[in-house]
Amino acid sequence: MVTYKGLNKKFAKNVVLNELDLSLRTGGIIAILGPNGSGKTTMIKSLLGMVIPDKGDIQLNDQSIHNQWKYRNNIDYLPQIANFPGNLTVTELINMIKDLRGRTTKDKELIEYFKLEPFLKSKLGTLSGGTKQKVNLVLTFMFDSPLVILDEPTSGLDPISMIRLKELIQKENAKGKTILITSHIMNFVEEVADEIVFLLEGKIYFQGTVAEIKETTGQPDFEHAIASILSDNNV
Amino acid sequence: MFKILKYSFYDLSRSRWSYVYFFFYLLLGIVLLFLNNNLSNAVITLMNVIIILVPLIGTIFGIMYYYNSREFTELLLAQPIRRSSIFLGQYLGVAISLALSLVLGLGIPFIAYGLFESAIIWDFVSLLTTGMFLTFIFTALAFNIALSNENKIKGFSYAILMWLFLAVIYDGLFLLSLVYFQEYPLDKFSLVATMLNPIDLSRILIILKLDIAALLGYTGAVFKQFFGTGLGFFLAMGMLTLWVILPVLRMVYVAKKKDF
Repeated sequence: MVTYKGLNKKFAKNVVLNELDLSLRTGGIIAILGPNGSGKTTMIKSLLGMVIPDKGDIQLNDQSIHNQWKYRNNIDYLPQIANFPGNLTVTELINMIKDLRGRTTKDKELIEYFKLEPFLKSKLGTLSGGTKQKVNLVLTFMFDSPLVILDEPTSGLDPISMIRLKELIQKENAKGKTILITSHIMNFVEEVADEIVFLLEGKIYFQGTVAEIKETTGQPDFEHAIASILSDNNV
Repeated sequence: MFKILKYSFYDLSRSRWSYVYFFFYLLLGIVLLFLNNNLSNAVITLMNVIIILVPLIGTIFGIMYYYNSREFTELLLAQPIRRSSIFLGQYLGVAISLALSLVLGLGIPFIAYGLFESAIIWDFVSLLTTGMFLTFIFTALAFNIALSNENKIKGFSYAILMWLFLAVIYDGLFLLSLVYFQEYPLDKFSLVATMLNPIDLSRILIILKLDIAALLGYTGAVFKQFFGTGLGFFLAMGMLTLWVILPVLRMVYVAKKKDF
């Protein structure tokens, strides 16, 4: 579904993506892992066209996304930090995005699912981090796009919401959606992901299943397997 | 683009500062007209206010709006919307709402005073037109500065410096160079120098329209002599249009290449 071909990106002198080649299949739950600053967010943002790569190409369903914008109709994106215009209320924001992107009725269902009804009339600036993240999740999942990208979806969520999120991800995946996740919570990744992409210094270091990563590192525990990759590479 | 324009406009229409700006002009118009009792004097005073204040407000609003709506912009960038539509929509939202405050704020007292029966209506219209041009020019310049500077404090300082330079320092330097090089023919130089500053250009445009020789000054006199009133008017208008188009084009170009 998504193919990265020789992608390069530098911010000033800092090389973030270095000849990144990657191909992701349709219909999986893929976790992108890697230490801080390994280029996870840059990789995602270049797929969305928010970061313009210096070199290389990204293809979505065999179409280059370079200088295109309509393809974003097929992507739902959850940004890492939920920054919203502070003077809007939750309802206003949801209606605005619906107006920009098209009709959907799924928002009501999701608001109920994440128990957001009491906050609908509050200004976004006054919400707590976790509640903002839930609004963020509603905005992301309310359109039924074939590709869903979640950048740190668990940040600020309480345990109950975390369980709900896991269920939601699995439910959406069962409908045939491809789901791309970055996270630092290894338990969460181990539970939901069926494919791991490990990014190190702007390159793909490992791509495979959880079982495969345990096998190659010789560690029985997923968290330790990841940690052993990191310590072997002096990160 | 129109949806973004709509939301920017809606956002600004809820901002207190748009109303402060509107009421300031309303008050200014009322005071000038009803205390002065002389329409043409009021128009000249207004000219001086507009030429300094409109660029300042355009600059500050433009730069503040850009930095304040960064989150909104990031939210929009992930949506299926063209990049140029996002930035053009926001720019037009700010510029149009400022222009509207100006036109309504000054228009209402003037209409109440009985402007339509007076011969000065065209002078007033040209005054408002230049005011609108200045709003569009300086908002576009401010957006350019903001796009090129991630740091808010830096961006804000550059914007204020730009305004100070074009509104005050430019004239000073210009005058100094005229004095210094007075032995040389300076007609062409002063013409070019005027064209390069939208504030000077607006001043000359209004004065040409008002036909007040005493206020023309050196550049104005050269301008009038060189082009005559008719051609000079169209040339100045053309230059002002160019001053809007070029910064807007750069804004769209820079926005297309920028990483968020």
